[in-house]
Amino acid sequence: MNAQDRITNQRDMTTEPFDTSVHLAHARQQAEARNYDEFFIVDVDSHHYENEASEEIASYVLNDVLRNEILYQGISRKGISTGFGQYQDLGGRLTRYPNRKKEQVPPKPHRDVTLMRRWMDAMGVDVACMFPTPLLNLGLSPRVDLEVELARGYNRWLCERVLSEDSRLKSMLYLPFNDPEACPKIIEEFGDMPGVIGFMVTTTRYKGVYDNAYLRTYRMLEERGLPLGFHTGLGGQEPGLSTAANRFLVLHALGFAWHNMLHLSNWVINGLPERFPNLKVMWIEAGLAWIPFLMQRLDNEYMMRASDAPLLKKKPSEYMRDMYYTSQPMEMVDNARALELTFEMMKADSQLLYSSDYPHWDMDLPSVIHDLPFLEEGAKRDILGGNAAKLFNLEPQYAPWKLERRRQKQQAAQATASGR
Amino acid sequence: MTEHKVCRQEEIPEGGARIVALGDLEIGVIRHGGDLFAYRNLCPHQGGPACEGVRMASVVDTLDGDGTYLGQNFDEGEMHIVCPWHGYEYRLSDGVNVCDAKLKLKKYEVAERDGHVWLSI
Repeated sequence: MNAQDRITNQRDMTTEPFDTSVHLAHARQQAEARNYDEFFIVDVDSHHYENEASEEIASYVLNDVLRNEILYQGISRKGISTGFGQYQDLGGRLTRYPNRKKEQVPPKPHRDVTLMRRWMDAMGVDVACMFPTPLLNLGLSPRVDLEVELARGYNRWLCERVLSEDSRLKSMLYLPFNDPEACPKIIEEFGDMPGVIGFMVTTTRYKGVYDNAYLRTYRMLEERGLPLGFHTGLGGQEPGLSTAANRFLVLHALGFAWHNMLHLSNWVINGLPERFPNLKVMWIEAGLAWIPFLMQRLDNEYMMRASDAPLLKKKPSEYMRDMYYTSQPMEMVDNARALELTFEMMKADSQLLYSSDYPHWDMDLPSVIHDLPFLEEGAKRDILGGNAAKLFNLEPQYAPWKLERRRQKQQAAQATASGR
Repeated sequence: MTEHKVCRQEEIPEGGARIVALGDLEIGVIRHGGDLFAYRNLCPHQGGPACEGVRMASVVDTLDGDGTYLGQNFDEGEMHIVCPWHGYEYRLSDGVNVCDAKLKLKKYEVAERDGHVWLSI
């Protein structure tokens, strides 16, 4: 009898509690069907909701007044009068947003560790670099002391309570960029801690990356071989786009690209790649479509205005091809030729790193890379994990289910070979 | 085509849904407005479990006769199945994606008889 000839299981969605592994069961099916157990997958940009641990993080904040404020106010903004920050969930359409908060987890390990493992194992991700969520917009706050205190408290909390529990979890830690003096201290304090694979600046801010005040930070990272990631965001409080964009879609589509475009342009045109030739720089979560746009714009203007960028020894697009980019949200609607050209222009085979952005609303599964018809198998595997392993010096550390599946495959092959 | 007995009628209440597996094939059976609908539980976008999310009415921008924007409203006459992974929306009536008619959820026949729900594959 064919399996499809009879009902094998039923689930009642009216009463079923939310569980990440069930929510992503189709992702696990994809992972097994595509034999992800045969290669290493690194997710370079995933998230957790640090606001759900506001009280824990508050206990790591040294300043009494700010600690008290965080305890009572929490970390995230809420409600329809506070901009678009809470509309990621599409008004309840994306069930993991409201339901994840009720998801049952064992008392140990830390809740975030369990939730990370569940989605990683479903998608076939072996190692994930995790970033915060509400803190992505902290750079727009005028409260510089808050950014410094919260960055330090969050970083210490993340290292001690989360990263220390599972070596499959990594992070590029938050740099409080609005205080240039505080950044080297953060690198000094946390640079050697387990699970720390680099440092991250959120680009939802308007400090110029070319400021001499940041050179010490860049030099420290370059000397230590730690990548610097620029992570974009919505910028719901920023003074430009957000004052005119009345639909979340507009603010998100433009804002995520805009903040990275601004700072990448400043980075290249001010000659920072020439001044820090060994500093590895990565641009995170802006998708890919903006990259060929910016290459063309900057090259065209550079040829007419070389005096604006005298430190450059080659075209802006060539510097852009030396930098790294995360893949999500990969624009994939009716644009196969444009996407293939984008991969070619950005040298994706070596510069692109897979990212899911899970659990956010526009997350991408590894299959968005794996199923691209124009990529060779080797390039797929490099983008899904090999490039990240090289950039971050990661030892391949596979998900337990992958190791078990490999063992079963080996056993089956041995049994076949011996005629059993 | 084979008819399968799914469950008793009252086991899928108004607004409820049941995911029925036949081996690797998953079908969502959904009750809305007293009627039953059945679609493959697979979103053509990234393979999400399309029938495991919520159903929401279509949102419309309301304009007056000269094109002046008056606000947004729900159109309760057009319900959508919303894929819970990314929010892709499909018309409950025929499974067609509301942004691109090339994308569809595969539809199955479902009936109520003798107090039970019957699904035809």
